[in-house]
This record gives sequence, C-alpha cells and structure tokens, in this order.
Amino acid sequence: MFDFLVSVIPGFIFKESRKEKIISVTFDNLFLTLFFLRNNIFTQFRVLTCISGIDFLGLKNRFCVVYELLSLVYNCRLRVKVFLGCSAVVSSVCSIYINANWWEREIWDMFGIFFQNHPDLRRILTDYGFEGFPLRKDFPVCGFIDLRYDANKRLVCSEPIDLAQDFRFFIFENQW
Amino acid sequence: MILKKHDKLTSLHNFTINFGPQHPAAHGVLRLILELSGEVVLRADPHIGLLHRGTEKLIENKTYLQALPYFDRLDYVSMMAQEQTYSLAVEKLGNISVSSRLKAIRVLFCEITRLLNHMLAVGCHAMDVGAMTPFLWLFEEREKLLEFYERVSGARMHAAYIRPGCLSYDLPVGFLDDVYSFSKQFIYRLNEMEEMLTNNRIWKERLVDIGVVSAADAIAWGFSGVMLRSAGIPWDLRKVQPYDDYEQYSFDVPVGNSGDCYDRYQMRVEEMRQSIHIMVQAINIISATQLESVLGQKIESKTFMESLISHFKVCTEGVPVFAGETYTATEAPKGEFGVYLISNGSEKPYRCKIKAPGFGHLQALDFMCKGHMIADVVTIIGTQDIVFGEIDR
Repeated sequence: MFDFLVSVIPGFIFKESRKEKIISVTFDNLFLTLFFLRNNIFTQFRVLTCISGIDFLGLKNRFCVVYELLSLVYNCRLRVKVFLGCSAVVSSVCSIYINANWWEREIWDMFGIFFQNHPDLRRILTDYGFEGFPLRKDFPVCGFIDLRYDANKRLVCSEPIDLAQDFRFFIFENQW
Repeated sequence: MILKKHDKLTSLHNFTINFGPQHPAAHGVLRLILELSGEVVLRADPHIGLLHRGTEKLIENKTYLQALPYFDRLDYVSMMAQEQTYSLAVEKLGNISVSSRLKAIRVLFCEITRLLNHMLAVGCHAMDVGAMTPFLWLFEEREKLLEFYERVSGARMHAAYIRPGCLSYDLPVGFLDDVYSFSKQFIYRLNEMEEMLTNNRIWKERLVDIGVVSAADAIAWGFSGVMLRSAGIPWDLRKVQPYDDYEQYSFDVPVGNSGDCYDRYQMRVEEMRQSIHIMVQAINIISATQLESVLGQKIESKTFMESLISHFKVCTEGVPVFAGETYTATEAPKGEFGVYLISNGSEKPYRCKIKAPGFGHLQALDFMCKGHMIADVVTIIGTQDIVFGEIDR
C-alpha cells in the first residue's frame, strides 16, 4: 500500500522508520491528502487515532502536527506530518474526521497552533482564563502562576510564582 | 414594563444544568453542562482538565526510566497496561529485546490489570445505576489482585513493575500457585455477580437500548476497545497487531451486535473470563522457564567499584536512546492506549504524546447522550468507563 501512496501522491516526503510509515505534506495540501487517504478504496484510513503537536524550538518550521491514521480494513497505520512556521495556520480536519475536534482543541491549548474552520476552538485541558501555551519548549515546567487558598480572605488567589529554589537543569556532559 | 405571565413562560423553554464536578456518578472530576428540555438531554458539553497535571511536560524533563511511574498515574485503575505500552515504545526505539519469560510475566500482569479495570468498571457502573451489592463483591476480589501487585512491586497501585527492557524484579516464590488458586475461585465470584445483574429486570431496563452506537459511528468517532467491539467490529490489538507474544495465547474476543450499554456490560464480563483463560496459559509458560536475574549490573555494584560508578551514572543521568520516533499502541482495558515517543538521542524523551482511549470516548458523550433522559447520562458515562487520570493527563 505504501508503494501505491508513493505513486499516487507525488512530491511529498515518504519515510519508513522502525516499520512505521510516515508521510510529510505541506500545510495547504493537508486537507486534501487526508480526505484522499480516508476515502480512497485502496487506503481506507477511516480511523483517526490521535493528533499530536511537537515544538521544534529553533527550527524555521517550528511546529509539527502529526496525524495518526488507522485503516481497519488493511490493518495498517500511517502517520501524516505537517510542518508549520510560527505564524502558520493549518486547516481543521473536523469535517473529515469528527473526532479531530478535541484533539485539535488540545493542540491549540498546548501549543497555540490555530486551526482554521474549527467549529469550537476553546481551551480544553488548562484552567479557565489560563494564559500561555504549556507544551511549548520555551514554557518553564513550573509555570508562571501559583494558585493557593488564602485562609484570611477565604479565596483561592493566583500570584506570580516565587520558588525558594530555582528549577535546576543538570547537564552531565561536562562533569568534574 | 410589565411582563405578562404568558411571555415569561415561553422564554423558559430549555434550561442548562451543571453536572459535577463533585457528583459521584461523574467518575471523578467531570464537569458536564447539560442543556435539557424537560428531562431530555439536548446537548452535553463536557468540561475536562480539572485533573490536568501536565504529565507530558513532566515526562519531557525526566529520563526514560524516571518517566515510567507517570504512566501508573494516568489511568489509575489499569496501571501496568500503560507501563507496558511505554516500555514497548522505549524498547522499539532502543532495539531492545525481552526474553519470553519476562514477556509472559508481562502478559500475566496485563490480564490481572484487565480484571482490575473491568471489575471497577462493571462494579461502579452497577452502583451508578443503583445496584450496590456487586460493587462490594467485586472490590473484595480487586483487593486480592492488588495484593498480587503488592507482592511483586511493594505498591498496591502505582507499581512501576514493568520497566523498559525488563521488569523491576522477577516473581517471588509461590506466587504462581496463588494466582492459580485465585483464578479457580474467581469464576464462581463472577457467576455470582452475573446472577445479580445479567437477568435483573431493573438492570436491563436501565441498560438495554441505551447509548446505541452503530459500527459506522464507532469508526467515525475513533472508538477503540470494548466501545468499538460492541458495535460489531472484531478489532482487538492483541489479535490483529500482537505484542509481547500474544499470538501464542488462545483466547476469544467477545464482539457485540446491538452496540448498547447492556452489550458492553456483557462483553466486559466475558473479557474477564477470557483474561482468566490467558492468565492460566501464562502461568504454564512462566513455570516452564528458568528464573532470571533482572538486576544484572546492580548485583555487581555491591562488589566492584567500577560497577558502582557505572550504576550510579545510569541511575542519575539516565540511558541515552537512539534518535527516532515511534507510535506504539496496545490493547489497554479501556481501549487503544498509545504512546507517541520522539527521541533526539539524549537520555530524555524529546516529546511523549499519550493517546488515552477515554479522551476519544468522552468527546462522543454529546453524540451518545442526545435524546436520552438525564438519568441515562449516568449510564453512558459508566459504560464509557471514564477515568480522569488518563483523559486530563
């Protein structure tokens, strides 16, 4: 089947790593590629398993959105990757795969990648009113905001984080 | 302006209620906004993330071995199934092979985990619907299984037993005999539970024809596990994409035909019986192999200084893994649990995406609840087997 894809979808990057098949498309071709992969009789990738985001901080195309497809008929998995610059917008695939909805919301929440034509692009996992995109590599692990219960005010109040000890990142290469 | 009584009434047609996050039938911390017309649900909008702990971010900042215990804490009722998925992913990246004995022990514990999960799923589902007794009976059995966890790892729940490339320890003496005697008596406990529920009129009235999912819908929503098989699609990753030598075990995969909650209940019960069947086969395989030392270098580190230094460095710095990426999925009790792991050749994962089955199932809650009564929402949440540890991550 992979050979079929190589012959049908020209110009895209095909790769096979550890017996897993990967194709990489440009963001303006993504929607049509997924539509083709889902509906073509020789592929039938009817199940969208998950969508994940990756942040390659420092590269020109900083973000990568990865679609994990599964074909029940051919018992085959395929990974479709899209590389995006900082300000690029990728089109939502909710009209092809209904369950892309929450996965795209999660990527918007975690990475700040905007999905065009998404029916309901709200934050999903973080708190109401959260600012920033936590899974970006330039977001610190401890975050920026500290939530605590103030017994005097009887309120949960949020303050800028103030740690007694800074987060320590050990680099082991240049030891003693 | 004076409103007439008639005007006031027409404006109050639908109302919106807040279900959870503290409601016991919300299975943890689900906040559900329900739009109702009378008692009929028009729209259900789940608000999740109240248990978000940033697991993926934390894993990126830990070494491969330190990241493992986070997987226990995702779906906290099927702990070892997730450890296994992560271990398989790391093994795939690092080209590590595992001996057949260790694989059989993993299978044994994964099936124990499946029992643990399905017992909680069926028990809590029954309690949500109104039957208290099966919950108590099944929790007594769960306690025995948690003791097996405790005997091999020292922890009742968060075992960190299955590690990339090995296990933390081999089995203690006499362990397999106890698992076997458990499996013999467990069938009777299961029969007792079925006597309470399967033909119970109230149970059937609450479950039959509730939350029906057709095969096309199940595929479109990306369901997996029991949710997918209840729609009549025989898809079990243990059969179709076997891992850890599952192809050498003989077992049946129950498949539903009507796709309603009652089907899924019966399939979970049948899966428990099949798990017992697999466990007995695994016991036979394990007892035919030699005891292995999984400690390796650690024993040498007690006598040799160089080994001690090397062991210390492995523990503190971690072990680098070849650069590459993999998506590894296994049949966890709730469905397909996947780990998308990217390594850049260092000792920490560059990215670890966790594909939780419950996340996909919960987003179909709106679709499954539409047109049902508000009491059926509880039934559907129960049948989806929602656990927030994995959904919120």
